[in-house]
Amino acid sequence: MAQTVAVIDYGMGNLHSVESALRRAGADDVVVTADRARILEADRVVFPGVGAIRDCMSEFRRLGCDVTLQNVIERETPVLAICVGMQSLMTRSDENGGVSCLGLIDGCVTRFPAHHKDSDETPLKVPHMGWNQVSQVVTHPLWADIADNAYFYFVHSFFVPTSDCDAVFGTFDYGVQGCAALARKNVFATQFHPEKSHDNGLKLLSNFLRWDGTC
Amino acid sequence: MPLAKRIIPCLDVDQGRVVKGVNFVGIRDAGDPVEIAKRYNDAGADEITFLDITASHEQRDTTYRTVEQIASQVFIPLTVGGGVRAVDDIRRLLNAGADKVSINTAAIFNPELVRESADRFGSQCIVVAMDVKSLADGSGRYELFTHGGRKPTGLEAVAWAQKMADYGAGEILLTSMDRDGTKDGYDLAITRAISDAVAVPVIASGGVGTLDHLVDGFKIGGADAVLAASIFHFGTYTVRQAKDHIANAGIRMRR
Repeated sequence: MAQTVAVIDYGMGNLHSVESALRRAGADDVVVTADRARILEADRVVFPGVGAIRDCMSEFRRLGCDVTLQNVIERETPVLAICVGMQSLMTRSDENGGVSCLGLIDGCVTRFPAHHKDSDETPLKVPHMGWNQVSQVVTHPLWADIADNAYFYFVHSFFVPTSDCDAVFGTFDYGVQGCAALARKNVFATQFHPEKSHDNGLKLLSNFLRWDGTC
Repeated sequence: MPLAKRIIPCLDVDQGRVVKGVNFVGIRDAGDPVEIAKRYNDAGADEITFLDITASHEQRDTTYRTVEQIASQVFIPLTVGGGVRAVDDIRRLLNAGADKVSINTAAIFNPELVRESADRFGSQCIVVAMDVKSLADGSGRYELFTHGGRKPTGLEAVAWAQKMADYGAGEILLTSMDRDGTKDGYDLAITRAISDAVAVPVIASGGVGTLDHLVDGFKIGGADAVLAASIFHFGTYTVRQAKDHIANAGIRMRR
């Protein structure tokens, strides 16, 4: 059965990659929109995010997408949040001097420490930009047919510490333990970019397209 | 744990066609950047760099279209460079689907472009490309050049890399003009000096002839990524062979 995937477009950068990757993963109909009615009637919703979180949150709220997303979640429509989209679900972020987020998942977003180092004193660069392994700490339908510790592509300077969140489904190790994936009911969220993560990312998107929204 | 080291095939594109030739078995159109980029995506490349060498600024629309087509077929990061002069060029390339934009000559004539674009789009998508040559005066110093290594700038390479990182460059793409096209290996001395001097990732470029050169770029040069064109284009080695060889040398690779 043909299904529609809505990618929420709140004006923060190019969503072409997310759209192309969803199509490649098998989505028949992808709409990139901020329109409330179109998002509410979609079978699945993707909440992407790039850039500074203060700007993201203010545009997201100005366009009323916060209320729309809340309604989508209440309707039990499967939701995939990506990168700043994932961070936006949290209680708050330390970025931009402190920003209050959507509070849909408990936990805070914080910056990698200054002069960040690995346990063996190797300096670690920030942003955390490149390919890192994701440990699947809790099984989930979106991990289906993806090897544990598979590589995904990350680009971010802020992260959710695993110690600060009880919805952790995947972790990364970059001098600190960070949340690579979170999930709660019909919401799955990734810090990494599945649309840039080659076969593993496309597999995760195709799992999302088949997911019934339960854990 | 540090990130996996990256292998980046580079395509030189002129008016929408790959130049310097590509010699893959079974490729339909060796001049089509979209098909070649797709091939590298499938082969396990960690990223692709698209260098637009179109001389005329008026023909840039072809570039934007090509970037759009590549971005819809390639599901790994894409860096686009060549002829980037203004913030608006960067905006258009990012909107066309580039993940990062590389600035070369314009950074030399207008360093503020790097600062301004990093502020506007984030350091993660701003790469500064540097073409360097070793000075013949025995000082061990390197100078920055423009115009494919023909015009000296008087700028010393390490100090320039530091300045660009301070201005917000998220990555340095370092090409040795002495080594480019020689197959003698990367210039490891300058690669190491710049890797040690800046906190942002350094991509080694220019001179790869063997798989050991790639290993040396990481182990001796301290690079975070290695860029190569001809060894992959002419089918001397596959990306997979390169990754196996590097991983066997004890370097973390995404496989």
